[in-house]
Amino acid sequence: MSSASSTTSGATKPASTRANPANKWEAAADWTDGRLGIYSLAKANLRKIFPDHWSFMLGEICLYTFIIIILTGVYLTLFFKPSMGEVIYNGSYVPLKGISMSEAYASTLDISFEVRGGLLIRQIHHWAALVFVAAMLVHMMRVFFTGAFRKPREVNWVFGFLLLVLGMFDGFFGYSLPDDLLSGTGIRFMEGAILAVPVIGTYIQMFLYGGEFPGHDIIPRFFTIHVLLIPGIMLGLLVAHLILVFYHKHTQWAGPGKTEKNVVGMPLMPVYMAKAGGFFFLVFGLIAVISAIASINPIWAYGPYRPDQVSTDAQPDWYMGFSEGLIRVMPGWEISLWGHTLNLGVFVPLMIFPLVLVAIAVYPFIEGWITGDKREHHILDRPRNAPVRTALGAAWISLYLVLLIGGGNDLFATHLHLSLNDITYFVRIGFFVVPVITFIVTKRWCLGLQRRDKEKVLHGRETGVIKRLPHGEFVEVHAQLPQKDLYKLTAHEQVQPVQLPAQTDENGVAGKAGIFTRTRAKLSRGFYGEGSQIPKPTAEEHHEITSGHGHH
Amino acid sequence: MSHDMSEEKLPESHGAAGEVADHVDPFADPGLPAHEPRRTDIDERAAKRAERQVSLMFVLSMLATVGFIASYVAIDPDKIVYIFPLGHVSALNFALGLTLGVALFLIGAGAVHWARTLMSDVEMPAERHPIEADDEVRADVIQQFKTGAAESGFGRRKMIRNTLIGSMALVPLSGVVLLRDLGPLPEKKLKETGWKEATPAKPVQLINMSTNTPMTAADIAVGSLTFAMPEGLHVHDEDFQQRIAKDALMLVRIAPDDIKDDKSREKGFDGILAYSKICTHVGCPISLYEQQTHHALCPCHQSTFDLSDGARVIFGPAGHPLPQLKITTDEKGFLVATGDFQEPVGPSYWERAR
Amino acid sequence: MKKLSARRRHPLAALVVLLLALAATGGLYAAFAPADKAQADVAAQSLAIDEGKKLFAVGCSSCHGLNGQGSSAGPSLVGVGSASVDFQVGTGRMPAQQPGAQVPSKQNIYSQAEIDQLAAFVASLGPGPVTPTKEQYTSTNPDDISKGGELFRTNCAQCHNFAGQGGALTKGKYAPSLEGADAKHIYEAMQTGPQNMPSFPDTTMPEEQKKQIVAFVRHTNSDEPNPGGLTLGSLGPVTEGLFGWIFGLGTLIAVAIWVAAHTTKAKKS
Repeated sequence: MSSASSTTSGATKPASTRANPANKWEAAADWTDGRLGIYSLAKANLRKIFPDHWSFMLGEICLYTFIIIILTGVYLTLFFKPSMGEVIYNGSYVPLKGISMSEAYASTLDISFEVRGGLLIRQIHHWAALVFVAAMLVHMMRVFFTGAFRKPREVNWVFGFLLLVLGMFDGFFGYSLPDDLLSGTGIRFMEGAILAVPVIGTYIQMFLYGGEFPGHDIIPRFFTIHVLLIPGIMLGLLVAHLILVFYHKHTQWAGPGKTEKNVVGMPLMPVYMAKAGGFFFLVFGLIAVISAIASINPIWAYGPYRPDQVSTDAQPDWYMGFSEGLIRVMPGWEISLWGHTLNLGVFVPLMIFPLVLVAIAVYPFIEGWITGDKREHHILDRPRNAPVRTALGAAWISLYLVLLIGGGNDLFATHLHLSLNDITYFVRIGFFVVPVITFIVTKRWCLGLQRRDKEKVLHGRETGVIKRLPHGEFVEVHAQLPQKDLYKLTAHEQVQPVQLPAQTDENGVAGKAGIFTRTRAKLSRGFYGEGSQIPKPTAEEHHEITSGHGHH
Repeated sequence: MSHDMSEEKLPESHGAAGEVADHVDPFADPGLPAHEPRRTDIDERAAKRAERQVSLMFVLSMLATVGFIASYVAIDPDKIVYIFPLGHVSALNFALGLTLGVALFLIGAGAVHWARTLMSDVEMPAERHPIEADDEVRADVIQQFKTGAAESGFGRRKMIRNTLIGSMALVPLSGVVLLRDLGPLPEKKLKETGWKEATPAKPVQLINMSTNTPMTAADIAVGSLTFAMPEGLHVHDEDFQQRIAKDALMLVRIAPDDIKDDKSREKGFDGILAYSKICTHVGCPISLYEQQTHHALCPCHQSTFDLSDGARVIFGPAGHPLPQLKITTDEKGFLVATGDFQEPVGPSYWERAR
Repeated sequence: MKKLSARRRHPLAALVVLLLALAATGGLYAAFAPADKAQADVAAQSLAIDEGKKLFAVGCSSCHGLNGQGSSAGPSLVGVGSASVDFQVGTGRMPAQQPGAQVPSKQNIYSQAEIDQLAAFVASLGPGPVTPTKEQYTSTNPDDISKGGELFRTNCAQCHNFAGQGGALTKGKYAPSLEGADAKHIYEAMQTGPQNMPSFPDTTMPEEQKKQIVAFVRHTNSDEPNPGGLTLGSLGPVTEGLFGWIFGLGTLIAVAIWVAAHTTKAKKS
């Protein structure tokens, strides 16, 4: 249809349809529009509204560190030689003179000591990578605790999750590349982990390493994965993630004038072009300063990798720390039967590792199923108003932290003067106990905050003014909240638990709800039942108190 | 939607604290508050000052870039300077990082300050539209799809459909097959080590990793720790890394009475025990040997082995003891091995038989 | 790349060199040593032993026995040599204050002369590693640093960490940090294997190599600059992660708060 109309218009109008443009810039824009259709695109986006809140900028930190990593990474590839061929070092770093090492390690030393500014770029690359994954995790926490993952954003949540996992692994491959003593130990760990996979483990190991560990292929192969395969996929996901953010429009906090049907904020041009564009430079600048003052991954101090050498404090970068914790605290179980060995001591952590991550990925779908809510949500929840969700998130974080302690047990032992073994026992128990305790405490905390909100709405805020009543009692004067605050504190809706269908149908025949229906009803009660939320104040309650005796 | 959303359309600023505008529903949405001006909106001098501040940041950024280039040209990469509290650091790295950081940061700070003080900060609403298409569009699309599907005959011509599915399912196999030459098959590679060259008739000497010389039993003192590799292996060999990853030994000497495991004592020579240095958990070189407790700890995951008790696992995630190499001495008195380990060294794997 | 190591010598070469050296020094000593000075040395030595015995009776005998034979509270010192005494007392580990997983180093309470006397007494109980001379542990060859580095990574880094920062052992024990450690004490620790540290006797790690290791440790701990900036304790990725979270992401979030915050309104104050 549209093609038909354009041909008719083409027939009636000359080829260049537009009147003379006002200046050469407009002319250039017209030229581009005639080929790329930029006006329609800009009409929707140039004055697109974004709400203002610092936590909405966490995603931008991720985006900008990713760009910094790509820029510096490209520079590093100009000098790095991903080869395991042996060379004798003869550069300017004295403590390694005359030592044999791989070309990968030697070229990393050269980047650090011979290439001017090479050390800075290496440090920016690595610091940005650490901050990148940290920012992704915090960004995801923000989205989780505010319920921003609800319809229509579940798919974008999954994209973000994939970016987090890919970012972690790309980091792992990246720090393996210099072939230093620490990263080589990581690659050795990877070999052991692969070998623990039943049936196909040895085959995967031989194919990945091109033979027995360490072989001569693993660094070049990791290089391709690190600079091409994973960043390529990530770039695609990132673009999709951003398109969806634009398409869905940003979520916003409840507040006067803000509804599910609008988004309140300032326009992309000019405010957000300046703020977001400026923020990129702020992020880049800060990471450059950090790289000027703090050293990261001093590979020269570790020495070149040799499978018979090792240094204590053998740890991965922080984002792999929780998997390191899983590996360290697992008891050494091994099953040997019929000439085969199942190394549970490695295999069990290897299976729990993805589960810990997948738990985040599937959460929106689980919550969506429990609530049965099919509406779109654009107003964010305050974490206290979704106590079970908040408590689950906090429990996950506590599990993650317990595992991080397990992953750094040797450093905790030396720096806190504790026994390594005791820390490991603590983590073994804490793995099961700490998340449960965290869940209970967080949920109660949220309920307490809900009660306080209710109190504030009904009785107003404490003014600090003490008044003496005629009969001698001292009371603090409470001032009623302005309406915008009343609205803010009561804007959230409270979900009611789903009800089981009637036990008997209209004919009096006992109907049986399926196991899924019953589980769902049970979970729903757990999420939104009486013990899980404080009923919010009603207008009647408010009237009663405000029209009556003022304050208690 | 437009920028000049007229001010009068916005609700009046609501009353002071304590006054509820709507007495029917105290929790009603009072609507967007009216815009309140900033100093720079009403005071031209303040606006001018902000303008100067922004420009100053941009100018300083330019200077920092000049400083970056000057540092790059002027500072020797080997130059070390003392900077409190960082210590002795590379002058070039510090100068480049600081100038680059300042140059970038000031561009960002200038832009944000500009946005915050001089660009309009009127908050405005934009409407959202439901993501879901309305029923009419939905029906239309489904109809179009059905038409297209019918025209293709995909459902009707089952032979085409099935063969297409078959060919599509098979073609990725080519890609899988191509991966075959990534590496060799495992075969028996993991079962053997370089010590397999040793036979009772032609024993292989244990070479001290530090001195590159063979050792006599008298060289190994009780309480000492020595690392060894098989004779004939050299650091510059093409396959050194691969071989040392399995062949590395740790030699300890324990007073024979303190050795609890008889089999282990027999494999040793006069209290000298030769264990694989490669952890049975995931293969780190385990060598944190405590000579009084005879415990060896792995620095990677803290598996602990009792070397006086056949390297039994006493703590941590390792699943089985460290393999022990049987050693003796040759006619010259040097420590030698007369055969390979009796079990595979390093981490467990599926095909490993106990 | 593949070439025979030039360092590899005939196994008996060391022995031959040693014998030659012994013969040469013995001959030279016999030729030049003044007889009366030798006698004076012997006298001084026995005096030191007597003084050492007195100090030992006061400070050490409650655990190690009057004659260093040991007791349930402390091991026998017969044959531990003067190097052990010099290390244990010189680093303040002995006399120990209290039992525990490990005896820590602390402020040393004896003068070097007293330590020498104690060492002379303990050395007289039975032959053992001898306190090294300054020449033995002081390297003058710059190549020793890199050679020592490689030896350090093979023999020491697994417990003491790549930069000599120390690390955890089982059940509350630890390998101490080598930061600020005396060159002589590092050398003696390798000779004698104090507490749970294994020894690296001259038979498996010749003097020359110990000297190289000492050179590397000294270089890493004192002379070595940190080109990249703060070392964050040279503890690897754990402290880097902590720094990245607090100073990296922390500062960025602080900046984000500034970027997103509403500018102050020109309100009636």
